[in-house]
Order: sequence, then C-alpha cells, then structure tokens
Amino acid sequence: MTRPGRLLRRHAALLVMPMLVALFLAATVAIHPAFGAFDVQSLALGALPLALAAAAQTVVVLSGGIDLSVGSLMAVANVVAARTMQHAGFGQSLGLAALIVLGGAASGAVNGAVLVASRVPDVVVTLAAGFIWGGIALLILEQPGGGAPDAFLNLGAGTLFDGLVPNALVLLIVVVAAIWLPVRSSRLGLTLYAIGSDRTAAFRSGVAVERTRFLAYVVGGVFSAVGGLALTMTTGIGSPLAGTYYTLSGLAAVVVGGVSLTGGRGGMTGPMFAAYILTLIPTDLIFLNIDPNFGQVIQGTLIVLVVMGGGLATLLRQRP
Amino acid sequence: MTLAAFLRERSLLVLALLLALLVGIITVVRPGTVTPDWIANTLLFAVPLGLMAGGETLLLLAGGIDLSVASVASGAAYLLSSNAAPLGTTLAVLLGLAAGLLVGLLNGVGVAIFRVQPLVMTLGTGLMAQGALVVYSQKIIGQEQLVPRAVATLGSGKFAGLVPYALFLWLPLALLLILGLRRSGFGRLLYAVGDNEAACRLSGVRVWRVLLAAYAACGLLAAVAGIVLVGTTNAADLSLANVYLLPAIAAAIIGGTSIFGGRGGYGGTIVGALFLTVLDSLLTLLNAPEPVKQMLYGGVILALAAAYTRLTD
Repeated sequence: MTRPGRLLRRHAALLVMPMLVALFLAATVAIHPAFGAFDVQSLALGALPLALAAAAQTVVVLSGGIDLSVGSLMAVANVVAARTMQHAGFGQSLGLAALIVLGGAASGAVNGAVLVASRVPDVVVTLAAGFIWGGIALLILEQPGGGAPDAFLNLGAGTLFDGLVPNALVLLIVVVAAIWLPVRSSRLGLTLYAIGSDRTAAFRSGVAVERTRFLAYVVGGVFSAVGGLALTMTTGIGSPLAGTYYTLSGLAAVVVGGVSLTGGRGGMTGPMFAAYILTLIPTDLIFLNIDPNFGQVIQGTLIVLVVMGGGLATLLRQRP
Repeated sequence: MTLAAFLRERSLLVLALLLALLVGIITVVRPGTVTPDWIANTLLFAVPLGLMAGGETLLLLAGGIDLSVASVASGAAYLLSSNAAPLGTTLAVLLGLAAGLLVGLLNGVGVAIFRVQPLVMTLGTGLMAQGALVVYSQKIIGQEQLVPRAVATLGSGKFAGLVPYALFLWLPLALLLILGLRRSGFGRLLYAVGDNEAACRLSGVRVWRVLLAAYAACGLLAAVAGIVLVGTTNAADLSLANVYLLPAIAAAIIGGTSIFGGRGGYGGTIVGALFLTVLDSLLTLLNAPEPVKQMLYGGVILALAAAYTRLTD
C-alpha cells in the first residue's frame, strides 16, 4: 500500500468533511445569493447544540460504547440553566454554568458506574438512563420557560469582529479543543481508542478497561452538559423535551462524520463538520422552497448512503 | 440445585411471578380494580407492544436491532386511515402492510448485504420513513381520514363483550413465532447467526438470507402493530406509535432475550410486554406524575436487565 493512500484512508474524514461543508456552503450561496454574515451566524448557532451532542457521543462511541441518554442529559442541563439563571447576573450565570458542567461530569459518572457495575450492555443502560434523566428534566421544569441573562446568551448568539465571526463557532472550537485535546493526547486518549478497537487485546496489554469506559462516559457527560447550556443560548429558555431530538441526530452526525460505530476508529473533527452539514440541509431546503420536512428524509438517506458506501468499500477491499 | 441455577433455568417463571406481584399490588392498592374487564383491556393494550416486541425479538436473537419500528407502525396506521375511504378496507390494510414490508426489506438489504450496523441503518430508515410520512400527510391535507369498522373492531372490540378480537390475531401469531423459533430451520438459523455469524458462514449458511427475512418479518409485524393500534385509538396521527419504540426493545430484553444475540425467545417477550403494560397501568392508578412514571419505568428496565446479566453470566 502506498503511503499517500494510507494517509488518505486514515484521515479521510479530515479531508472529505471540510470539502463537503465547503460544497454545501457554496451550494447554499448559489441557491440564495443573499446568504451573508447573519445566516452564517444563525447556522453556527443552530449547529452548536448538535455539534456538542455529537462530541459527547463521539467520545463514547470511540471507546466502543453508545450513549442513548445524551439528549436527556442535555435537557437536564438546559432546564437547570434556565431555572437557576433566570434572575442571575452575568458573573453568577458563569459560575452556575461551571457548576452545571461539573454536574454533567457527575451524571456521566453515574451512567458509567452503573454500566460497569451492572455489566449490562451500553445500549440497555443508556436507554434506561435516558428515561430517568428525561424524567428528572421534567421534574425540574414541567413547561418550557425560565431564561438566562442576555450577556450569557450572547456567548453563543453574538458575534465578534463586527459580526464577521459568530461566537457560536468560537465557543465550539474553544470548548471542544479545551476538553478533547488534553484527553486525546493523554494516556486516557490512547486507552480510549485501544478498548474501542479491541477490548480483549487492550485488557491483555494491561489497559484498565472498566476505568476507561467509565471515564469515556464522564467526558461524554461534560460535553452533554455544555450542549445543554448551548441549547439555552440557542433558544433563550429551558425546555424539558428539547433535548430528546439530539440523541439520534447527534448519533447521525457521528456516523456521517466517519466515526465507526464499532469503536476505535474516527476522530472529533469529522462529527463537528457533519453537524454543520446536517444543520445546513434544512436551511437549504427552505431557500429552495422545498418542504423542509424533506430534511428528515434527506438526513436519513444521507446516513444510510454514507454507511452503505462504507460497507461497500469494505466488501470490495475484502474481495481478492 | 442452587438458587442461582434454579433462577437461571426458570427466569421466565420469575418474571411471571413479578408480573403476578404487580397485579397483587394493584389489588391491594385499589381493591376491585382487577376484574375480567380490566384483564381484557390490559391484554388489548399489550397487543401492539407485544407485536412490535416480537419483531425486535427476532432481530435481537440474530444479533440485530430495529429502531424504525415505531415510524413503520405509525406510517402503516396513517396510510391505512388516509386511504381507507378511496381504496376500501382490504386494499388500505394491504397498503399499510406493504409499507412495513418495504421498510423492513430496506433495513434487511442494508444490514444483510451492505453489512451496515443495524443500529445506524434502522436509525436512518426510521428518519426517512418519519420524514416521508410528514411530507405525505401535507400532500393529502384535507383528505378524509377514516378508520374502517373492521379495523376499529379489531383494535377495540371484544368477542362476547369479554375477549378482545385483537387476541385472535395475536395468539396465532405468537404461537407461530414461538414454534417457528423453536422448531423451524429458519428459527434455529436465527439463533445460530446471533450466536456466531462467522461459524454460520463457514458452515455454509447463507447468512444474508436469514437476516433479510428477519428484518422483513420485523417490518411486517410493526405494520400489523400499527394497524391494531389505530383500531384502538380510532384516529391516526403521525407520531401514533412513537412512544412504543423503547418499550418494544425493553419488553424483549426484560423477557430474557440477550441483546448480544443467540439467547432468548418470544415466550419471555410476551411476559415482558404484559409486565410493562401492567406496570404502566399501576403507575396510572397511583396517579404518578408523568416524570416519575418515566423514571420508574427506566429504573425497572435497568434493574431487570442487571438481574438477568448477573444470572446468565
């Protein structure tokens, strides 16, 4: 195998995803020439919660698990933020946000601990946990409501440099880099990929499999909590049911972003770009005057095509 | 025989005892609730869940899963009710079933031939089906919605005022599933594929055919469930069956079917579906607020799954 070929295969998501996003953006500008700074800002804002949900899911999926409670955890963070920040000042709201992120880590830890202690498969535990966190979100805030100080919402909704750079994009890059880069380059990152690609081999090489799985859910919980805060910035309120959408669409972004659901293969950048693509599709459809409900059909078709293409490639490679 | 071994051998019995315990709690909490009428209604409510969980059981046994069953069931129900007036009952029912079969086959092609992970494939087709349904509903806006008499009778009528007609559909299907899984070659192949796909392939099993058939059957069962459900509610809406997705998987799992494939059966799933239905009705009787209900539901699923894993490991 040639070196460039291998490089291409290894970093396929890094090369293909930005090109896809550029393609989608170019198409959007072609369809709707008035597409400007404001639209970029609403795109970045709209993609923010989805991208963070995808980040939470990515960490867990890389470790060979799957988290069906991401959306419910986001909902909990969202309603807690909207309830506690309603009459808070900006400084206070930042402190609260930090507490909520800590809470997210704790909730992820609960998921991970139950998972490791009960030895029940990830799908079942996080499915059940999704019910439970969803119930908690409803207990905290029964109806959509609450709020947060404008300065706090502005962290996601505002812009920098005279409206050129959307805050939401900066926030996403800063948050994901601040959490993921240290994890990725540490021992934890290595073991994360190791247990995702071959759990038995990792165990025999002395990796603490259970501890790594647990930590993957903790990091996922942190991302989910930030995602919930982002949801508050996007909508301005708390809504106990808004998060549920993000479990499946976050998983969709992970798949489209080139992360293998069997674990151990893929990175964080692919799903981030995929979140932008999945957010652009309904926007484009509105510009094209097509029923935006087709968005769901297209999202589904895109997922199916991406994974089928991947499957086909594997089949062809196996054939002599 | 140790207690653990006994429980392992008779896990279905334990679940049945838990079910009896739930019914006992209901009689204590609200005396006079458990009447023949209540039993008939509980069985009736369990039918759509039991049918969808039946499809999931087939797939879990073969090492798969289907996240599109709820969209398929809602879609079949909606197609039926919006076409019953122009096409007539029989054709409308067939149309609903055909839609289910189509999505099931699509899932099967993706999983069996293109080797896509079942979770992703069915997530994608579920989104496609749900989206297509929304688009379709706006195309035919204003068209008369009609739940035919025969379907309404199936979903809510009772023979001699006591035995729900839906049972006459569920019982034969359940027998077919139980016996088919135990006695037929296809049934044994499902277990074999779920247990060790590579070994099956090496011994000459055409794995893709087994999987394709299983996914098609699951889609069809989901469509049947949607049709019974629309008979019960007497009005189709786009998210009619959505609440059933996770309970359907949960019913199979707490009924002892392993999510890793190769272990379990439909008998357990039936008890699991009844258990979840009775639990739901107990929580309603207790006036538990919706969030608490949801949390207890999740807790029970988790506890039972953990107990099973302990026993079978």
